[in-house]
Amino acid sequence: MPLIDACATEDIDLEDVMRFDHGGHSYAIYRSPDDEFFCTDGLCTHEKVHLAGGLVMDHLIECPKHNGQFDYRTGEAMRAPVCVNLRTYKVTVADGRVLIDLG
Amino acid sequence: MPRDYSLLGPDAARAVATGLAAADWYHSDVPRKEMKELMARTDGPAIRDTILLYGIMVLCLGFGIWLWPSWISAPFWLAYGVLYGSASDSRWHECGHGTAFRTPWMNNAVYQIASFMIVRNPVTWRWSHARHHTDTVIVGRDPEIALMRPPAAARVALNFIGLPDALAGWKRMILNASGRLDPEEASFIPESEQPKVIRTARVWVAIYAATILAAIATRSILPLMVIGLPRLYGAWHHVMTGLLQHGGLADNVTDHRLNSRTVLMNPVSRFIYWNMNYHVEHHMFPMVPYHRLPDLHARIRADLPPANPSIRAAYREMMPALLRQFRYEDYFILRTLPPTARPYRGEFHSPEA
Repeated sequence: MPLIDACATEDIDLEDVMRFDHGGHSYAIYRSPDDEFFCTDGLCTHEKVHLAGGLVMDHLIECPKHNGQFDYRTGEAMRAPVCVNLRTYKVTVADGRVLIDLG
Repeated sequence: MPRDYSLLGPDAARAVATGLAAADWYHSDVPRKEMKELMARTDGPAIRDTILLYGIMVLCLGFGIWLWPSWISAPFWLAYGVLYGSASDSRWHECGHGTAFRTPWMNNAVYQIASFMIVRNPVTWRWSHARHHTDTVIVGRDPEIALMRPPAAARVALNFIGLPDALAGWKRMILNASGRLDPEEASFIPESEQPKVIRTARVWVAIYAATILAAIATRSILPLMVIGLPRLYGAWHHVMTGLLQHGGLADNVTDHRLNSRTVLMNPVSRFIYWNMNYHVEHHMFPMVPYHRLPDLHARIRADLPPANPSIRAAYREMMPALLRQFRYEDYFILRTLPPTARPYRGEFHSPEA
């Protein structure tokens, strides 16, 4: 599958997250404190809340509804009530654009 | 038809069928930059408050034991009891959300201690509280509705001295320690987490057994005054404040402005309650730490019903409604939104509707 142009790098602050909808699916794109970009499914695996409303702390995303946490680099569920890992997607940055591989 | 608050009953099924379960809830607009600032975690305020809390508890305990069994020790036990049996409720709550401290082990340590004091299994109640946030005051879905309709008056009154909630907690602890879960708790705790419930219950049973043995060996209730009984004689404050959270307000609505109550309180109660008096704000944005709730309140209050100005004023609003619910359980206080607020169910107010 071709890379999908999701947003410009400057669209996301350092240590923050942005929602990206594509093809009827919601994704969350993260910019880490060390200026790396990551992408996961956009909805929490616990109760399908949009993670883009949550808080990025270092390499964790905290769900805005129940405070469950994931490591957004690996998708690993780190704190209850989340138990199921998030799916992650490969991200490439080119010419100031964030490209995600949804394959 | 009377409400059925059971999590496995017909109201639970109806809530799922009508879309009330796990619904989208109303949120006031707060710009992302402001919300990020409000959600930011820090250890400082909670470390300060925790040192203060446990420091005062140790002092009260020291004087209480020193002056025991004289009646002069009573004020120290009363203060210790409120901090054990009521402040533990708010610490359990805030650390359960993981928002009190930035450092995870600090949240977990205070959460475990507070859970023991308030007699709420830390695993079970984490899931129960998650459900309370998903389905706040949705009948048949929310396992933490303190004031059902009609209100169970005797139960509520007895809870001011910790009964029957503490007894239920101890009973559940013994059930869990025997390796079993109640069917209702099994309905919201994932299987993978259930062994933790049992493990914790067994540790608690060992602590209580040691305390009871110490009381028998010393032929004194003093060990139980330190561990266990303060959950009863110090419960009144958390019940007094907790009943105000949702009491008398609407049920089965998906807007915290209509089913939750913000009450302005004195600083001592706010310390014990860790600012959960800003309850609409907390439910709307559970990511905001307790020490930032007053700021959040200031930013969104134009979109909220006016806060009750004191505990007394809030009871004066709530009590008549509870009394009416004895005769007519569908009665509730309809919160008035200010003219500056966005309406509940905006789709019914838009020109296209």
